[in-house]
Amino acid sequence: MILEGKVWLFGDNVDTDAIIPARYLSATDPEELAAHCMEDINPDFAASVQAGDLLVAGSNFGCGSSREHAPLALKGAGVSCVIAKSFARIFYRNAINIGLPILECEAELSRILAPGELLRVDLSAGMIIRLSDGSRYQAAPFPTFMQEIIQQGGLIEYVRHRLKR
Amino acid sequence: MSGQTMIEKILARGAGKKEVKPGDLVSVKVDLSLGNDITAPVAIKEFERLGLDRVFDPEKVVLVPDHFTPNRDIAAAEQALLVRRFAEKYGIRHYFEIGRMGIEHALLPEQGLVLPGQIIIGADSHTCTYGALGAFATGVGSTDLAAAMAIGEAWFKVPSTMRFIYEGELPPWVDGKDLILYTIGQIGVEGARYKAMAFCGPVIEKLPMDGRLTMANMAIEAGGKCGYMEPDAVTFSYLEGRTAQPYEPVYGDADAVYEQTLTFDVSRMEPQVAFPPAPDNTHPVSEAAGIKIDQVVIGSCTNGRLEDLRRAAAILKGRRVHPRVRLIIIPATQRIYRQAMAEGLMDIFVEAEAAISTPTCGPCLGGHMGILARGEKALATTNRNFVGRMGHPESEIFLCNPAVAAASAIAGEIVHPEEVMA
Ligand code: SF4
Repeated sequence: MILEGKVWLFGDNVDTDAIIPARYLSATDPEELAAHCMEDINPDFAASVQAGDLLVAGSNFGCGSSREHAPLALKGAGVSCVIAKSFARIFYRNAINIGLPILECEAELSRILAPGELLRVDLSAGMIIRLSDGSRYQAAPFPTFMQEIIQQGGLIEYVRHRLKR
Repeated sequence: MSGQTMIEKILARGAGKKEVKPGDLVSVKVDLSLGNDITAPVAIKEFERLGLDRVFDPEKVVLVPDHFTPNRDIAAAEQALLVRRFAEKYGIRHYFEIGRMGIEHALLPEQGLVLPGQIIIGADSHTCTYGALGAFATGVGSTDLAAAMAIGEAWFKVPSTMRFIYEGELPPWVDGKDLILYTIGQIGVEGARYKAMAFCGPVIEKLPMDGRLTMANMAIEAGGKCGYMEPDAVTFSYLEGRTAQPYEPVYGDADAVYEQTLTFDVSRMEPQVAFPPAPDNTHPVSEAAGIKIDQVVIGSCTNGRLEDLRRAAAILKGRRVHPRVRLIIIPATQRIYRQAMAEGLMDIFVEAEAAISTPTCGPCLGGHMGILARGEKALATTNRNFVGRMGHPESEIFLCNPAVAAASAIAGEIVHPEEVMA
């Protein structure tokens, strides 16, 4: 799967409360959650993010609670992929399970890149290409079954598909 | 090819592979999946989207309503009902109703449902407890539970393993809780993120199963994916009479690769107290001396087992809880409750003027049965002391072992058990 989009930059330790504040957790609908996504750390984000945009962050993205609402809010906002130096464990799982592509990349992309620039991402190869100068960054590629989960829109859809076979 | 750790070997076996290495992503067969009255309802809704008329294997699903039960309010009652109906509809035998249940992570090992070499997932972060029996066990989200109920599988990134070696002799009044609190204090709440924590060394070899369960239980408090002890004589004698099922223990290779090895000499360790607001804020009990407390809780999946109650009873016997303090004791399972009665521990507690509760998570997560008011301080044998965990955001929680908890309940302030027993 190839994605191309504009970059939003965030730093280290973005926690689930920053991604979607606890006060909005009575909602479960991704669009409703998306309206408040990142509201406390970047008030412009929810209003300006466009479908297909990419989110680039530092280490330990998604730390804090195990709420599945956090990746749901990002997905609802149209974010096509989150690239971080590292993810907190349960966020990582939940993102994959709800069908939000994420990549772990050693390079300090959140420091190298500029906001708004364009990236192309090859999810199968784990390749991230900076379109301004063509530089390439390797992330850990996903094995086939995880690509299937993401392509099918999450774990439950993947399971539905598996059961049909 | 270098050797593999116990966790790598269990995951390789579950994935049907010869070997796996840290960082590999694998899909594995799950031996047991667990949900409770908070997480199972979400999983059940996801599961029902699949329109299946059966779960993958009803014997491999365990449902325990333990968090807000006995139902604390109407919303909790509705959640519990949903879980109960689901268990009935899909023939899930390992559903435990109040009166015969317990806190999930105390209950499953006790019932012989956890076996060495198994892969266990639970929609609850303290599922890592079962590593004490040499299983790979970890907390997941509700969607993972739904998928495992449908197809019997889960996916994992193979963790690297940090090894913790404990040497020396445990001093009196120091137990598994102190070892794990000390360890978390050393490496921090993120010190083992993504990683497996292997607990070993001469101190662990002698540590009874209760203490091992307490240690593995809190691996998550260091960010760990799982914590474990390799199976040994203590494990096998614990399992005797609990299970008729065959199992295959797994051991790490002698040349297994550990990402890091930390060695602690415990001989001069004091009982540990974790100060608010996080479990890595640990101090020796002497530094906590004199902190006045309003409530003491002895219970939870960390320290509500029979050994814990025995330790508390040894101190409470013939003594009285300080007039300013409320002591709440919660046996973690119905069986522990019965054994404690048979041993006369309940008489000791009641005579000491403690309040005893039926098994429940209750105050551990600020659910019910002992919520704190603004400004109150609690000392608890539970596992988390985050802001507001046991009630008002301006209340405070200190974590400790059962002996320190019992002694402090008598003193009205945090003390070393020696001071009460002197
Ligand atoms: S006792 Fe506390 S930590 Fe353990 S399962 Fe219950 S709420 Fe969670």
